Amino acid sequence: MAETIKVGIADLNVCTPPNLITTIGLGSCVGIAIRDKTTKVGGLVHVMLPSSQEVKSNSNVAKFADTGIPELVSRLEKMGASRTRMVAKIAGGAKMFAFQSKTELAAVGERNVEATKKALAALRIPIIAEDTGENYGRTVTFNPETGDYEIKAVGKPVKVI
Amino acid sequence: MSEISVDEISSQYFDVLKEIGNIGAGNATTALSSMLGEKVDMAVPKVRLMEFKDVGTTMGGEEQIVAGIYLVVDGDIHGSIMFVQRKESAKTMISKLMGMPSEHPDEFSEMELSALKEIGNIITGAYLNSLATLTNLTIFPSIPDVCIDMAGAILSVPAIEFGTIADKLLLIETDFTDDEDMSGFFILVPDADSYGKILKALGVM
Repeated sequence: MAETIKVGIADLNVCTPPNLITTIGLGSCVGIAIRDKTTKVGGLVHVMLPSSQEVKSNSNVAKFADTGIPELVSRLEKMGASRTRMVAKIAGGAKMFAFQSKTELAAVGERNVEATKKALAALRIPIIAEDTGENYGRTVTFNPETGDYEIKAVGKPVKVI
Repeated sequence: MSEISVDEISSQYFDVLKEIGNIGAGNATTALSSMLGEKVDMAVPKVRLMEFKDVGTTMGGEEQIVAGIYLVVDGDIHGSIMFVQRKESAKTMISKLMGMPSEHPDEFSEMELSALKEIGNIITGAYLNSLATLTNLTIFPSIPDVCIDMAGAILSVPAIEFGTIADKLLLIETDFTDDEDMSGFFILVPDADSYGKILKALGVM
């Protein structure tokens, strides 16, 4: 029986076929799915903030793009994935409230997406698809077998990237 | 101002926050009652410090559609306050305020969104007033903004703000009832310095 592994907010996990991996209700957070095309080992990390360097409370590595992504990659490597074959798909980074830009954490969604791209580039992992920005929440499900990244949003048709 | 780790909140501090929640929600109930022109009851608010990953579950799952009304707070303290309701509870409140049932149970019209902002304004205003009176601090709320979406996505906004100072979120659950369910949740997110100011003003530290 195939299972769907759930990843919470500021959390990460890995997954092999026929199982799927999902995270529910990405707002300004970013969901990064990484997969080795050959071994079909995949994983998902749900990051909340761009950088662990900017805040004091940084013990949870999965909370930040700069630490969560390398952690996911190392977990995948332990399962036999090779970094040179890894590809990434990213979703989320929305701006849920229009005036959020006024606060100190201006456009945190946008900054999360930027930090995600930077972290992936540093690891030389290409981003082959993305669905980011806008002003709505997303639920994502990743299939490590096919690499399909399914995106559901309220009142919108299901999208697969 | 000394730094406070919210993850190590003392039980005394917790009691203080609970009391603020109680008084604030009491005032909010009075405000709500006069706005709707009918008697509104309130259960004793539940104050909980929760892990981020459990917050969505409290509201009926991360995919439960909720209405979030969000205001930025300025003055002596800085931060934000959010009032969150399940879609159904928000619809109930709106139709009571507007004096007519909603035409679309799943969608919110411009008029309904505007009514919801007003409700949020009054309820959070009453709550913040209590906090300001108790602490003797000046607190100015911004104009409200509203968003209807999955609980997980809406709650990630205060969770992210709180995430810069702690790994947990402080949630004040308030059940407003008359004959129908109109319950909601307050999430108050002061920044790290403001936490200290509130505690000091209350004589806790």
